[in-house]
Amino acid sequence: MNDFVNQFWNWYVILLVLVSIIACGVLLWTQSLPPPAKLDTTGHVWDETLEEYNNPLPKWWMWLFYITVIFSLVYSFLYPTLGSFQGILGWSSSGQWAREMAKFDEQTRPLYSKYMQTDLKALAGDNAAMETGKRLYLTYCVQCHGADAKGSKGFPNLADSEWQWGGEPAQIVETIAVGRNGVMPPHAQLGADTIKDLAHYVRSLSGLPADSLRASKGQEAFNSAGCSGCHGADGKGMQALGAPNLTDKVWLYGSSEATIIETITKGRNNQMPAWKEFLGDEKVHVLAAYVLSLGPAAGGK
Amino acid sequence: MAPTMTGRKTLGAGEGSLAVFFALFALLWLFIASKTTDAAYAFHAWLFVLGSIVAVVAIFKRYMARPAEAPPQEIDGLPNYNFGPIKFASVMAMFWGIAGFLVGDIIAWQLAFPALNFDLPWTNFGRLRPLHTSAVIFAFGGNVLLATSFYVVQRTCRARLAGDLSPWFVVLGYNFFILVAGTGYLLGITQGKEYAEPEWYADLWLTVVWVVYFLVFVLTVAKRKEPHIFVANWFYIAFILTIAVLHLGNNATVPVSIFSPKSVIVWSGVQDAMFQWWYGHNAVGFFLTAGFLGIMYYYIPKQAERPVYSYRLSIVHFWALIFTYMWAGPHHLHYTALPDWAQSIGMLFSLVLLAPSWGGMINGIMTLSGAWHKLRDDPILKFLIVSLSFYGMSTFEGPMMAIKTVNALSHYTDWTVGHVHSGALGWVAMISIGSIYYLIPRLFGKSEMFSVKLITVHFWVATIGVVLYIASMWISGVMQGLMWRAVNADGTLTYSFVESVKASYPFWAIRFLGGVLFLAGMLVMAYNMLKTIAGGRSVDDARVLVPAAHHA
Repeated sequence: MNDFVNQFWNWYVILLVLVSIIACGVLLWTQSLPPPAKLDTTGHVWDETLEEYNNPLPKWWMWLFYITVIFSLVYSFLYPTLGSFQGILGWSSSGQWAREMAKFDEQTRPLYSKYMQTDLKALAGDNAAMETGKRLYLTYCVQCHGADAKGSKGFPNLADSEWQWGGEPAQIVETIAVGRNGVMPPHAQLGADTIKDLAHYVRSLSGLPADSLRASKGQEAFNSAGCSGCHGADGKGMQALGAPNLTDKVWLYGSSEATIIETITKGRNNQMPAWKEFLGDEKVHVLAAYVLSLGPAAGGK
Repeated sequence: MAPTMTGRKTLGAGEGSLAVFFALFALLWLFIASKTTDAAYAFHAWLFVLGSIVAVVAIFKRYMARPAEAPPQEIDGLPNYNFGPIKFASVMAMFWGIAGFLVGDIIAWQLAFPALNFDLPWTNFGRLRPLHTSAVIFAFGGNVLLATSFYVVQRTCRARLAGDLSPWFVVLGYNFFILVAGTGYLLGITQGKEYAEPEWYADLWLTVVWVVYFLVFVLTVAKRKEPHIFVANWFYIAFILTIAVLHLGNNATVPVSIFSPKSVIVWSGVQDAMFQWWYGHNAVGFFLTAGFLGIMYYYIPKQAERPVYSYRLSIVHFWALIFTYMWAGPHHLHYTALPDWAQSIGMLFSLVLLAPSWGGMINGIMTLSGAWHKLRDDPILKFLIVSLSFYGMSTFEGPMMAIKTVNALSHYTDWTVGHVHSGALGWVAMISIGSIYYLIPRLFGKSEMFSVKLITVHFWVATIGVVLYIASMWISGVMQGLMWRAVNADGTLTYSFVESVKASYPFWAIRFLGGVLFLAGMLVMAYNMLKTIAGGRSVDDARVLVPAAHHA
């Protein structure tokens, strides 16, 4: 890869670097005169008492300086330093990274291909595999879903029995591999009053205290305003769309009236990133098994 | 100086034009204050209005109080040094030093106990951290540099500071910049560039102040009565000039509007990162190194009463230092999107920088040859010489950390924090403290500090504090680096990030303790300083007295 728009800048860098390194050596060489016969000051006096000796440069210090200059010259020919010249050793930082990754892939391939061939549900019961899964989880997932996998506001709880996008092995793999984009559209156009009715209805669905009059008006609006299109007429949601079940007492953003009103009015936009490209199919497989092992259905933690 | 014929007092051109400038400046900021919708920016606008009005009033009050003639350049053949701005900067250095170290201690606590962020925007680590770094580097270090450079340039040139109001403009204007920068961080105004956080209007103000600083310094050198320019002044000039270039380069932004504090940087992507660390590393090289080497070259030979070890060494290391420092910035961007060749250049010039850096240390420490016994009972000299030991240590550590393979371990860990503080506390703060202890009695016409014993106490408390700080950060830094790279047989990371945080906890507590000791030392110094200024024995040593006593 060439970082330069044309050869002028390439040669500009090469010459400037070489001349600059060599200039340090030349400066030192021109100033390394033999020591004076008799140690004396330079003859100038400032501020009544300030004087300067003119001792020669310490020998060990000069050698230190020369060594760094020579090292730099040698290095600049061995490693990428001189513009687009890759260096005699052909090293590059991205090459080093690729080499180290390949080495690890090579080393761990037998293990992961064994895991890959194991059924996801069976893998969830394999202690050694789940130790690996846990460490993957603690590296890549913990930032959002938490060390206890119980999530937080906006980040789903992975340790309960409810699933936003489905709890079947294939669905979990898909969630991790290609990510999910959950969109609740904003409904400010319904007006504050109707939104409040809807909030009361939604609260009543999971048995939370609600104004019964508002809840019944909310139920009408739920069907007429299009809520049921995603959440279903019974409010039980639709996993294919990631539309949450409103009756299960599980709240992604919170169950208070104010929070529900905010959710309906402004909508929610939530993203689970895609990991397939970064982690590869094998690690996604192990992670999916680990997530499966967390739920109470699997008898997990 | 020929006496004025009439003796009638007239407003000088400088006084008049500066008063007009500040009057117009107050109007400009009044206009901005009335138009802006940003509360924090409005607060700054009012600060500028108030500062400008105070400046106009101060100029006229000073005019009323002063004699008809300008202060003489010489009195009885001896230079009439201008010490007023130096006194101000010295006292401000103490104030900002204590404030900066205190905020540093607070954020050290916050790292160990995150609840201390209090979930408030103004007390959040993200806002307090730039307050700490700017307060110690630019407020404390900057005022020390202003004070010492104005002192050294006058005494080694045997000339009164150039300008009449300009030196005051520099020290007051600089401290006003600090005020705007610091309050801005707390209110959430930042351009998000490390060590260059202040926004465009603060940057422009600093540019004006800095140009005047450069002119005052250079014009004082130009009218010197000595045939040669003393080595300390080379370093000061390099520092002032380079900081101007760096400041302009890294703050090249386009303001969104004059009614908004926000601006957009003209550099983009990795070029912006490169500009940032070209600036960032040379802020270390020229603000915290070249400037403080200027301090070293005057105060060590003065305090030790010995000639500088080698004039030749000072030439070689001066040119090598200022030349190679300029190239070293890319070592902050190892293993990033910066092209490999640029990373290599940063690493190589950092290595070449080792010898030029050590040249300054050798020249300072060897100045003591033949007078080592003075170290035993002179605590000021202890501060100055120990600061050079820390300088030597961190300028060895720096090139080592710039080597790519070492950097792969040390980068992003506490090791970097430890390295910075071995330079900042060990070198910069300790040589500053030594030079202020030297300055205070001389500026305020006393024979010595109120208590020499307290200087010794300060020295030991500060040294133990620095050692605790650096050692704890070395251990936690290397530990973090090793934990982050540890990999299991199955290819997963052995430790999650939070495990490394947990393992760092005891070392963060030790770091906090080291910081508290350093702060305690500064409080001892402040007490000693106040006692010295308030009382103490007045000097009867004519050599020190003459210029000081005739100061108007």
